[in-house]
Amino acid sequence: MNLGRIHAGKIFDAANMLFMVVLCTTILYPIYHMFIVSISDGHAVLRGEINLWPVSPSWDTYKAVLRDPEILNSYKNTLLYTTTGTLINVTLTAFCAYPLARKKFYGRSFFTVLVIFTMFFEGGIIPDYIVIDSLGLINTMWAIVLPPAIHVFYMIIMRTFFQEIPEDIYESAYIDGANDLRIFLRIIIPLSVPVIATITLFYLVWHWNSFFPSMMYLNEKSQYPMQLLMRNIVIAGNVASQESAAASMNSMVTGQNIKYAVIIVTIAPILVVYPFIQKYFVKGMMVGSLKG
Amino acid sequence: MNREALAVSSTDVHRLKGRQNHKWKQIKSSGYLYLIFLLPLVYFFIFKYGPMFGILVAFKDYNVFKGVFNSEWVGFKHFEEFIFEPYFWKLVRNTLLLNIYTIIFYFPAPIILALLLNEIRFTGFKRAAQSISYLPHFLSTVVVAGMLVNFLATDGLINQIIASLGFHKIQFLMMPEWFRTIYISSDVWQKIGWGSIIYLAALSGVDPHLYEAAKMDGANRFKQALYVTLPGISSVITILFLLTLGDLMSIGFEKILLLYTGPTYETADVISTFVYRRGLLGADFSYGAAVGLFQSVISFVLIVCANYTARKLNATSLW
Repeated sequence: MNLGRIHAGKIFDAANMLFMVVLCTTILYPIYHMFIVSISDGHAVLRGEINLWPVSPSWDTYKAVLRDPEILNSYKNTLLYTTTGTLINVTLTAFCAYPLARKKFYGRSFFTVLVIFTMFFEGGIIPDYIVIDSLGLINTMWAIVLPPAIHVFYMIIMRTFFQEIPEDIYESAYIDGANDLRIFLRIIIPLSVPVIATITLFYLVWHWNSFFPSMMYLNEKSQYPMQLLMRNIVIAGNVASQESAAASMNSMVTGQNIKYAVIIVTIAPILVVYPFIQKYFVKGMMVGSLKG
Repeated sequence: MNREALAVSSTDVHRLKGRQNHKWKQIKSSGYLYLIFLLPLVYFFIFKYGPMFGILVAFKDYNVFKGVFNSEWVGFKHFEEFIFEPYFWKLVRNTLLLNIYTIIFYFPAPIILALLLNEIRFTGFKRAAQSISYLPHFLSTVVVAGMLVNFLATDGLINQIIASLGFHKIQFLMMPEWFRTIYISSDVWQKIGWGSIIYLAALSGVDPHLYEAAKMDGANRFKQALYVTLPGISSVITILFLLTLGDLMSIGFEKILLLYTGPTYETADVISTFVYRRGLLGADFSYGAAVGLFQSVISFVLIVCANYTARKLNATSLW
C-alpha cells in the first residue's frame, strides 16, 4: 500500500515534468521556428523544409529589413514614443501615488475614489477620440503618450510601497525643516528606487508593445511606430511596404522570411533583456497583487 | 435650563469652530501635497473624466463642426436603433460566448499551472519552467496575432504539420467555427504563465503546519492540494474571478481586431470591434458612443453585482 503510493507519486512527478517540458516547447519552438525561417533560403521555406535547423542560413533578410527606410523610421518612432511616454508615466504616477499614500493628505479618500473609479468605468473609444480630437492632438505624438499617462493599477503598486515607509522618517525630516515636496524628492524617491524601476519596466514594455492608440490617432505613415508598421507587413500583408523591403534584396528571399525577420527584430530587445529583468516584473506583480 | 441649553450650544459652536480650524489647518498643512497632486488631477479630469463627459454625444446627433455642446439632443434614439438592429443579438452572443469560454477554459489554467509548479521539487527545473512560461506575456498583441496568422496560413507551420500527417489542410482564419478556439487557446498560451504568479505567491503563504496536519491524517499529495492548498488560495481566486467578470464585456478587443476576417465576423465580431468599425471608421460617433456606453454600463453593473455577491458569500471583495 505504502509502496504503491510512492510509486504513484513518482509517476505523477514524471508526468508533471513532462507536461512542463511540453509547455515550454510550445512557447519556445514558435519563436525558434520564426528565427530559423527568417535566416533560411527562401525556396526551402516555400517547400516547407524548415523544421529544426535553418537551410543555407544567411543574414541577407536582416540586412534588407534593417536597411529599409520605413522600418528604420518606425523603429525610431517607437524609441521616441517609448522613452517620452515612460518618462511622463513614471513622473505622473509617482506624483499621484505619493499624496495618496500620505495619511495627512486632506481629501485623500475622496481623491482615491476619484482615481480608482476610472478603473471600473470609462468613456469608451469614441469619447476618447472626441477628447483627443478637440485638444488638437490627432496626428501628434502626444495623442500616444498623454492619454495612458497613469495606469491606476501601477499607481496602486507604487502607493503601497510609499505607504510602507515608516512615519518616523517624515517626523525627523520635519524637524530638520523639510517640507513635503522636499521630503518627496530627496528622501522618498531615493528610498523607492526598486519600485520605481519595476514600474518603469512595466511602462517601457507597454509602450514598446502598444499599437491600438497609434492606429486610432496617427494617420501619417511617417509617424507609425514599429508595432503598427509590423501589423501592416505581417498581418494586413501590405504590399507596398513589402516591396520596398524586397526591392533591395535578391529574389531568393520570400515574404515569409521578411515577415518573421520583422517580428524577430521587434521582439529581439525584449528577448535579450528578458532574462535579466524578469525577476523585477515578478516582484512588482506580487507587491501589487497581494497588498494592493 | 435655559442657561444650560445656551451653554451647550455655545460649546457646540466652539467645537464647530475648532473643527473648522482643524480642517483648515489640515488643508493648509497638505499644501505641498496638493501642489504635487495637481498634475495627476488635471490628467484625470482631462483624459479620464473628459471622455465620461463626452458620453453625452451618445444622446445627441454629434456634428463635428458644432461640437459636443451645440449638437442636437436626440435622447435614446441611438440606443433604440442599436437594440432593434438584427445584428444586435449576434454581437451580444459573440461577446458573451467568447468571454464565457474564456472563463471556462482560460481562468482555471493558471491555477492548475501554479498547483503543478508547486509540486515540482527540483528548484532549478521549476525556476526555468516558470521563466519560460512568463515569456509570451511580454510579446505584443501584434506579434502574437502575426504568429497566429502566419502559422495558421495555408502554407504555414500548422498546416505543414497537418499535411505531413496526411490530412487535408484547413483554412483556419477563414472559418468561423475555428475563431473561438484560436482566440482562447492563444490567450491561454500567452497568459497562463504570467497569470500563475499571483497564485504561486498565494501558495507560498499557506501555513506549512496545515500540510503536516493533513499528512498526519493520511492525506496524499492530491488530497493535500485539494483540501489544504486550494482553500488556502480561495480568496485570491475570488478576487481574480471578480476582475475577470468586470472585463466580461470588453476583453481582448485588440486581438480580435487583428485576427478577424470578413468570413469570420459571424463568430468573431464583438461589441467593441463593432464600435470601432461603425463609430470611428464609419465616423458615426454618436451611434458608436451609444453602443460603447451600453457595454460600459453592463460591465460596471456586472462588477458591482459580482463584488456584492462575493462579499456576501465569503467576505472577500475588491472594495
